[in-house]
Amino acid sequence: MKASNSQWKALLADRVPEQMAAELDVFENEIALKKQGKIEDRVFAETRLRRGAYGQRYDNGQRSDGTATRTLNYPSTMTKGPMTLWDAPGMQRIKIPFGGLNAAQLEMLADLCEEYSDNIAHVTTRQDIQLHFIHIEDTPALMRRLASVGITTREACGNSVRNVTACPIAGVCRDQTFDVTPYANAITYFLLGHPDVQSFGRKFKIAFSGCRENACGLVRLHDFGAIAVTREEDGKTRRGFELWVGGGLGPVPQQARLYDEFVPEEEILPISQAIARVFARLGEKKNRNTARLKFLVSKLGIEEFRKLVSAEREILPYDSRWTDFLKDIPGYSEEALKPPSLLQIGPAHPDGFDRWYAANVYRQRQQGYATVTIALPLGDITAAQLRLVADVSRKYMKETVRSTVEQNIVLRWVSESDLPALYTDLKSVDLATPIAGTIADVSSCPGTDTCKLGIASSRGLAGELRIRLASKNAELDEAIGGLRIKVSGCFNSCGQHHVADLGFYGVSRNKNGYTVPHFQVLLGGEWANNAGSYGLAIGAVPSKRIPETVDRITGRYRAERLEGETFQAFIKRIGKAECKKMIEEFTAVPPHEQDPSFYSDWGDPREFNIGDIGVGECAGEVVSPIDFELVACEREVFEAQLQLDGGNIEKAARMAYESMLHGAQALLKYKFLLAPENANRIVDEFRTNFYDTEIFFDPFVRGKFAQDFFRAHDDAGQARTAETAHQLIEEAQLFIEACYSCYARMSAAPVKVTA
Amino acid sequence: MIDPDSIQHINLKVFVENPEAFVLADAVAVFHRWIRDSVCPEMLIDVADYAHVAAGPGLLLIGHEANYSFDNRENRLGLLYNRKAALDGDFRSRLEQAHRAARAACDRLESELGPVRFDRNTLEVFVNDRLLAPNTEETWDALRPGLEEYFSGSSIRRTGEPRDLFRVSVKKP
Repeated sequence: MKASNSQWKALLADRVPEQMAAELDVFENEIALKKQGKIEDRVFAETRLRRGAYGQRYDNGQRSDGTATRTLNYPSTMTKGPMTLWDAPGMQRIKIPFGGLNAAQLEMLADLCEEYSDNIAHVTTRQDIQLHFIHIEDTPALMRRLASVGITTREACGNSVRNVTACPIAGVCRDQTFDVTPYANAITYFLLGHPDVQSFGRKFKIAFSGCRENACGLVRLHDFGAIAVTREEDGKTRRGFELWVGGGLGPVPQQARLYDEFVPEEEILPISQAIARVFARLGEKKNRNTARLKFLVSKLGIEEFRKLVSAEREILPYDSRWTDFLKDIPGYSEEALKPPSLLQIGPAHPDGFDRWYAANVYRQRQQGYATVTIALPLGDITAAQLRLVADVSRKYMKETVRSTVEQNIVLRWVSESDLPALYTDLKSVDLATPIAGTIADVSSCPGTDTCKLGIASSRGLAGELRIRLASKNAELDEAIGGLRIKVSGCFNSCGQHHVADLGFYGVSRNKNGYTVPHFQVLLGGEWANNAGSYGLAIGAVPSKRIPETVDRITGRYRAERLEGETFQAFIKRIGKAECKKMIEEFTAVPPHEQDPSFYSDWGDPREFNIGDIGVGECAGEVVSPIDFELVACEREVFEAQLQLDGGNIEKAARMAYESMLHGAQALLKYKFLLAPENANRIVDEFRTNFYDTEIFFDPFVRGKFAQDFFRAHDDAGQARTAETAHQLIEEAQLFIEACYSCYARMSAAPVKVTA
Repeated sequence: MIDPDSIQHINLKVFVENPEAFVLADAVAVFHRWIRDSVCPEMLIDVADYAHVAAGPGLLLIGHEANYSFDNRENRLGLLYNRKAALDGDFRSRLEQAHRAARAACDRLESELGPVRFDRNTLEVFVNDRLLAPNTEETWDALRPGLEEYFSGSSIRRTGEPRDLFRVSVKKP
């Protein structure tokens, strides 16, 4: 804890807005009350989450060293949430609405990451900034310093409206209908702390996009996604938004539904408020696994949801803020520091400039100006680099900087003739890697590095892929070079793996008596068209063989694609069965004594395990029947996907359900050697022995996967749509993953806790 | 007026003599072992690898009271001891503590990491708190006597720009 913490309040008194100062005083008092034992863990956890102060891996005080789980002896036994120790370092999420940053903010982030964190600011897949290894008692001072430059962490985590995202090139984009920036800004501050958004059962994510076709806004994976559109009325052009609701990734990904083809600009804030009210009133509160808006929209149906929102809109008390911001919009525009100019052809450019220009420079709609992307490795940037970005943002632009959902930073309004000088400046601190938007520009969630939910090392894999692909990026043809790779550490999809050409999420498998890190491979997700379609899993590959898998898939695409054929079209044409064949040879895991590297994760020499459980005592060379049975279940899920692709909806749904049934049966057999064949009895016995006992429970989502299974059983035989069948397949996939995890826990040695 | 004895969070970096002679990734296993065997007086928690970031924090061993790292700021690799928890005592005793901890870590790394060698005569001292110690002449004036006394016989100079942490380089002839 910093010795100077108590001094910041007085020092910044005249620089922190009154409202923010009052809120931070309250938060500081809540910390004090918690220390006195006057606030419950659950309540304090939500309190700090709503300030962006999140838990981090090992914050329960248990950590595996690869052979045994040991207790981390923090000085205090006090807690800051259920099973979360007070002294355990945490993550601080910092909201950056639409990614907009100025020089003073960049400098502040630099100071904070150096003083309170590990000298790294991490750009997230939602345009936030995260700092890691933060002590809870440092957070009020840290937040005051942020507030002094106009940044809030309020509602950055927890069941609240998260950071509002928008295209990072909004306003300078050649394809946009209009600049969505002022709307994203208006909705941010309208909903921030609004009483109608304080009682959600789960988080609520908003995104704005300037056009339909290009992806920057990823509208269709959001709870509330708005695409800029115009309409001609009475000879005048009216601005509005095509509004999509109920999208989301996570364990059960769902495409947003079209709410309205045209919501006039003056209605976007009141409609957001009405939707928030309906969500707060009718959304699930007890079971967090079904509490996102997408479940409410599915349950009600879009028509009924629309009716409820319209009725709510009718009774909303008038708020002048709904339209106040509109009067500034005609004059809203960022300004350039320098006059427009053209890149000089004559003079020799600095070494490496041309490649960088080709990959990282975007010509703006405003002639003579360009937007430059800084491709950050894994979204990480140091304090010194942040200061350099601040400096160049003053030297070449009027501090027009944004973070992106691809974990990069863009510099807007660079007069084109300044590009060589800017390149040289960026290169001096290694911020000119020429891979922006290419296959080497891999994005990833934090995964097992710092996230409590991570199963496999997404950053480790992403880093490895980046190194390998960057080295050959220049030689890759355009079709391969333009593919996107995204990696998540688990099924929760923070790495947005569903919308990548090649997506991966971390899972584990029991092999040869050990737990082995794997990644599920998803192919054919679509980044374009605002995350137009999601990829489906084709199988799990050992973590260490993913690079070869990537080479095989991209190699086949290069060799066999038809002229002009996109990757999505190629995957669709060859079919999922063929895709699965492509990866099959990489699924084998050599015995431990032959190659132990398979049994640890990227960048982490510890022997891999999940849940801090040591290597199983049943370690040996005998393969249990359950290994085969669970593989068969996976195959059934896969075949269900093929059936769905072929339009056999009922068969797909039946196979997905049966895969769950067989997974449950496999666990029963593993535990009791015998298991019933009758579906009702399997469900009953599974409920009694695995659900009621909580043996099957995931540490974080608890009984969700079993509940999905029970619901699938109850609904078996009912007619399904392609959409609900797709959802059932996703649920079946996760249920099988949960069976693997449960098996791994059951087969592992009892936890060895050593002080 | 800065009171030297109010200064906390003293960081000390000992530069590596032969960065080309070893692979930083090999230190990952060493740091994990330190956590397992509790070899440091501080409570050790985790390893964070930022080797992918140029001129960055390198490889960190995160602790509760302090971090140890192979820090690569300005592309100069060294062992950095970053004291996070406040300490009792005066400026000298805190400086001494950071120096002692850094040297002990260097000794251990030299014995466990093969060819790495540290130049114990080339150091940097930081104060990781801009409010207690901004990188100004005033801080320099306040801390210089204590630094010169502790590192007697060494040349000491303040470095960095005003936005940087207060920082001095120490070179013993």
